Amino acid sequence: MSVFINRDTRLLVQGITGRDGSFHTKQMVEYGTRVVAGVTPGKGGQQFDAVGPDGKAAGVPIFNTVSSAVQATGANASVIYVPPAFAADAIMEAAAAGVALIVCITEGVPVLDMTRVYPFVKERGVRLLGPNCPGLISPGESKVGIIPGRICTPGPVGVVSRSGTLTYEVVYQLTRAGIGQTTCVGIGGDPINGTNFIDCLEAFERDPATKAVAMMGEIGGTDEQDAARYVRDHMKKPVVGFIAGQTAPPGRRMGHAGAIISGSAGTAAEKIEAFEQCGIGVARRPIDFVELIKARLK
Amino acid sequence: MNLHEYQAKDILRAHGVTTPPGEVVTEPAAAYEAARRFGGPVMVKAQVHAGGRGKAGGVKFCKTADEAREKATAILGMQIKGLTVKKVLVAPAADIASEAYVGIIVDRARKAPVFMVSAAGGIDIEEVAAKTPDKIRYHAVDVRYGLRTFEAMELGFFLYSDVKLARAAAKVMQQLYAAFMATGCSLAEINPLVVTPGGEVVALDGKMVVDDNELDRLPAIEALRDTDSENPAEVDARNHNLTFIKLDGNVGCVVNGAGLAMATMDLVKYYGGEPANFLDIGGSSNPEKVVNALRLITADPNVKAILFNIFGGITRTDDVANGIVTAIKANPLKVPLVIRLTGTNEEIAMKILADSGLAASSDMDTAVQQAVKFAGGSR
Repeated sequence: MSVFINRDTRLLVQGITGRDGSFHTKQMVEYGTRVVAGVTPGKGGQQFDAVGPDGKAAGVPIFNTVSSAVQATGANASVIYVPPAFAADAIMEAAAAGVALIVCITEGVPVLDMTRVYPFVKERGVRLLGPNCPGLISPGESKVGIIPGRICTPGPVGVVSRSGTLTYEVVYQLTRAGIGQTTCVGIGGDPINGTNFIDCLEAFERDPATKAVAMMGEIGGTDEQDAARYVRDHMKKPVVGFIAGQTAPPGRRMGHAGAIISGSAGTAAEKIEAFEQCGIGVARRPIDFVELIKARLK
Repeated sequence: MNLHEYQAKDILRAHGVTTPPGEVVTEPAAAYEAARRFGGPVMVKAQVHAGGRGKAGGVKFCKTADEAREKATAILGMQIKGLTVKKVLVAPAADIASEAYVGIIVDRARKAPVFMVSAAGGIDIEEVAAKTPDKIRYHAVDVRYGLRTFEAMELGFFLYSDVKLARAAAKVMQQLYAAFMATGCSLAEINPLVVTPGGEVVALDGKMVVDDNELDRLPAIEALRDTDSENPAEVDARNHNLTFIKLDGNVGCVVNGAGLAMATMDLVKYYGGEPANFLDIGGSSNPEKVVNALRLITADPNVKAILFNIFGGITRTDDVANGIVTAIKANPLKVPLVIRLTGTNEEIAMKILADSGLAASSDMDTAVQQAVKFAGGSR
């Protein structure tokens, strides 16, 4: 079992012929994700060559538009690798075509674009993950995005994180210790994103296969504090958390647009305190997840 | 990207907001000339990317042109929050009947631009929010409709009971909103928005922060960047698509991804060391990026050890390994180097490093502890 994606997910790739899109489409097909279509305007009718997990050729048909791709293939999820200037339109194109899950990998999307996109996807009941996120993976079933497949293994832990490579680090430590994952979700570090911690916690709480959750947050905003209260009030499953940016000086941007300490809200200390008060186990180092999760799975 | 006060005011003026005239000067003599031209008392204001200029002594009222020269001499070259003042704005001092605050930020929780207005202007809005939150009114804008007139009027009446002033303030707010959207801002504020004794509503100070992700499509705004007033190492990093922030420690860090970079700095501290910097080489990195990253870090004399922490996903670790080898061949390092590297193309990367006599570990904690030790051990 898993959340948001599983072995039946029918994925289409927006920007399939671009540098990142083509590289990661090959990786997704090789992992076993059912990539049913690609979209690149002007390349409709061509085929994208990829190789499946069985080593056999698994070509992906390319379409000019998302709506024609959905009509022809029944795709129900989309992953976006287009340049930042086109990302907002790509998300809305997928939502308008009736795709239920949209994962936007693109980094550098202007935040004002997202103020237009967010109500558009919400009104259509679409789940958007990202932008500026690594996507998600349900080990052994499906991977949508750029999370390296080989660092994951199936198991009972749900993982949710605002960062990309930090997610890999924690998942890698868990896998090395023999602790597998139901689904690993990277929600992205931008100020306005489609899916937040609470959306993921809710899904993990409902998923019968998930027995514990690992959550990685960072400085800036109050999403982690809100998530902590949600865990206290609505979750029976144990949660372990980590906050990156304890050594960050106030008011400095640290790469993620989201990671700004503004005023008193959003410091690492504040977030860690919220975790502690709401019964969330606190990992001081990424490696600490291993022991803390182990203890909670017993 | 931060804009200077005078730049923000130019933009506001272009959108119809009334702002006092002003001149930007870099020499005390020019401040004198400007003050003489304006006649009457002037304000001399430091143009620097730091808040709290007034408290730091960077904003002065001057009765005469001689005084303007004297104050400009004091302010030019002054350090405010580590930044040197290189420009001052000279503007006629306005007569003020009342001061208000009007600002817009992109709010994460509401996922929209949100107006904040308060009749308690002229001071730190964070202070007002903390002490008297009921004196601030918020309004989230639906960007599909913009700030509609009736919404602007509600905000206007929150500031002024007089309908003429409320209307004038409402107009300013619509103009500010237009400027905010056109400039790709994440923050724009007028503080204070004043009413003159003659009943005119005037923006006495303006501040704008532009979303860096907007700059590619707004070349006219990018052109306003004042690299002179930024940290030179950070400018250099940005020119090479790196995110670099200098800190005070002695362990130089090169990491891919902001979250992992912060976690690496935290781990350096956990093991008793102090990070010398935040440096994110980002995804899709090429060897050239690594060369530039090493150049930036070795330029800091405080650095006693260099730590690479690379988790290859979209980043290919062999690219990083090639970058390290190239950089060291060109400029041999004077401090110890610790490399942690795992993920995409790890085997190739390890071989590249080994062929050049470099060792690497695949474990983050081991590498961080080693770097801290090389930098002088835990304190």
